[in-house]
Amino acid sequence: MSMRIIVFAKQVPDTTEVKVDPVKGTLIRDGVRSIMNPEDKNALEEALRLKDKFGAKVTVITMGPPMAEAILRESYAMGADEAILITDPLYAGADTWVTSMILARAAQLIGFDLILTGRQAIDGDTAQVGIEIAQHLGIPVIAYAIGVEIKEDRVIVKRELDDRIEILSTPLPCVITCSKDINKPRYMRVPYIFEAYSKEIKILNNSVLKFDKNEVGLVGSPTKVRKTFTKGPKGEGVLFQGDIDEAVQKIIEAIPVLGK
Amino acid sequence: MIMVLCQQEDGELHKVGLELLGKARELAQDLETQVTAVIPGVDISHLAPILIQHGADRVILVRHKELKNYTVEKYTEAFCQIIEKEKPEILLLGATQLGREIGPSLAARLKTGLTADCTQLEIDKETKLLLMTRPAFGGNLMATIICPNNRPQMATVRPGVFPLKNADVNRKGEIIEFIPNLEGKEFKITIEEIVKKVRKGTDITETKIIVAGGRGIGSKEGFEQLKELADLLGGEVAGSRAAVDNGWIEKDRQVGQTGKVVRPKLYIAVGISGAIQHLAGMQESEYIIAINKDPEAPIMKIADLAIVGDWKQIIGRLIQKLRQEEKE
Ligand SMILES: Cc1cc2nc3c(=O)[nH]c(=O)nc-3n(C[C@H](O)[C@H](O)[C@H](O)COP(=O)(O)OP(=O)(O)OC[C@H]3O[C@@H](n4cnc5c(N)ncnc54)[C@H](O)[C@@H]3O)c2cc1C
Ligand SMILES: Cc1cc2nc3c(=O)[nH]c(=O)nc-3n(C[C@H](O)[C@H](O)[C@H](O)COP(=O)(O)OP(=O)(O)OC[C@H]3O[C@@H](n4cnc5c(N)ncnc54)[C@H](O)[C@@H]3O)c2cc1C
Repeated sequence: MSMRIIVFAKQVPDTTEVKVDPVKGTLIRDGVRSIMNPEDKNALEEALRLKDKFGAKVTVITMGPPMAEAILRESYAMGADEAILITDPLYAGADTWVTSMILARAAQLIGFDLILTGRQAIDGDTAQVGIEIAQHLGIPVIAYAIGVEIKEDRVIVKRELDDRIEILSTPLPCVITCSKDINKPRYMRVPYIFEAYSKEIKILNNSVLKFDKNEVGLVGSPTKVRKTFTKGPKGEGVLFQGDIDEAVQKIIEAIPVLGK
Repeated sequence: MIMVLCQQEDGELHKVGLELLGKARELAQDLETQVTAVIPGVDISHLAPILIQHGADRVILVRHKELKNYTVEKYTEAFCQIIEKEKPEILLLGATQLGREIGPSLAARLKTGLTADCTQLEIDKETKLLLMTRPAFGGNLMATIICPNNRPQMATVRPGVFPLKNADVNRKGEIIEFIPNLEGKEFKITIEEIVKKVRKGTDITETKIIVAGGRGIGSKEGFEQLKELADLLGGEVAGSRAAVDNGWIEKDRQVGQTGKVVRPKLYIAVGISGAIQHLAGMQESEYIIAINKDPEAPIMKIADLAIVGDWKQIIGRLIQKLRQEEKE
């Protein structure tokens, strides 16, 4: 039987395009593109590589509003076999604890041998969801993967930390969070792009996942965002444009003040 | 009680634990409670006095031979046992790579919330809840997060965010030993191989002066020049992601959202445009000098001193001058 791989992917605003209004100090999100979280694309690529090598069924699952479907179409266009959208108004405002609990239950429902996630999403920025999914499922997790190999029923994962490279192994099933250095995601393939729009996207909502409404969404989340704010504009600095010697003098003057 | 999970390797403490103890002390004052430091490993007794001097009222040595080498499974299990026994109100840990792995593992097991990468921690006067402030959206937005109903209230904090306070050699504290029960547990992860990287120079989160280069530097040779400047100033070189991706500088010297967060006294950004993901890693620096040929580059807006010009000429002349001064 071929391996079943679940990839969890999140739709995120392209934070490279998000700007702060310098006067009001609020986030300008108008016209900001929504994209598949970059490291989730790495996770999907890794799943597709394992599929190319060993044969596998790759299921991409996202939780989000209906518009998150876009990244599922993109996943089909890259070569995914199945795409699932978890969407329910009850789930809105979920923190990482609740998000990972919902994703874990969906995984159980679908069935899997291996779960791949991105290391971190670029909007929430916590890098917690993948690791928490593993805990909810009671299976091992290896974070920051830069290489994945399968040998019989074990996965061998290479991961990179600041001061070392580790090679770890663990039996399936397990969760692996993928870092951007693991691979270079493939482009969408033209024949798949056409098909992608006609392929089925399964919807999972709470009538299937069956959580108590107090367990999920904002209500069920242990953490609550009390307020958000931007740092506001920074005090004016000095802009110097002119002679090089003067510029160098200015820099040298700035250094001893710092009491090096 | 406030608990700080500390990290050590080969008998050496990671400094973020000490930074957190200093912060925990302040919070404990507001809550009129105690601070407990937890340190896992085998040969760790010598670390207890250091933890006490930095703010711990109690030190718990979590000792077990299985904890000699870190794996997330074993550490999570051992920490869970001590947390369930001690029931802290607040649990703090360093947002190092390992901390960012243990944190969520613990939070999920303990059924509580976790606020990642906090840059500010304080106690709400009315509710006595921990107010945890963190950046999101690549540093564009700050959010203050609370965890009202679940315990412990958990937060991770990156190294260098809170200042390392001086040790108080007169502080007294209690030292307790805890042997976790790791027998008969099935651990699944096996360490096959560990290859330590040879670290060149100091960790960039630990230096007071950083000279960072970006795509504008254009080559590895260009970075040699930045290194020369950094050496003259007694600092370290770092780079933007563009510089790292080009192979001009090592990845552990990348500053930003997917690199390190640094907070030096002086940050000199050379040929770096100042993308939001880069700013997320350095905008808390005390003094920022930017050198860029484009006066409109975003980095110029946040710099205390923004110099418009070609870096080659400016850095070249600066090195010359500093060498002259050195001689005099
Ligand atoms: C300003 C702000 C601050 C926040 N701070 C916190 C906080 O400190 N603690 C906290 O618990 N929550 C926090 N949240 C809520 C959190 O952002 C959401 O729970 C979010 O859905 C998941 O977190 P993340 O974006 O950090 O994902 P990460 O944990 O960074 O994501 C890791 C991986 O998990 C997978 N994944 C994550 N979300 C989904 C999804 N919806 N569908 C499919 N796969 C997914 C992806 O593979 C992703 O790469 C915050 C929200 C906001 C708006
Ligand atoms: C999810 C995600 C995470 C990211 N994480 C990070 C991160 O952690 N760190 C990071 O740095 N980036 C990160 N990035 C990338 C970031 O968006 C930018 O692409 C990157 O920071 C640009 O690097 P740069 O400023 O060196 O290059 P550029 O933006 O190309 O800027 C080069 C600058 O050099 C100037 N210049 C050129 N020639 C000269 C000269 N002769 N003299 C003086 N000035 C000159 C130019 O005017 C320009 O301003 C991330 C991106 C994403 C999407």
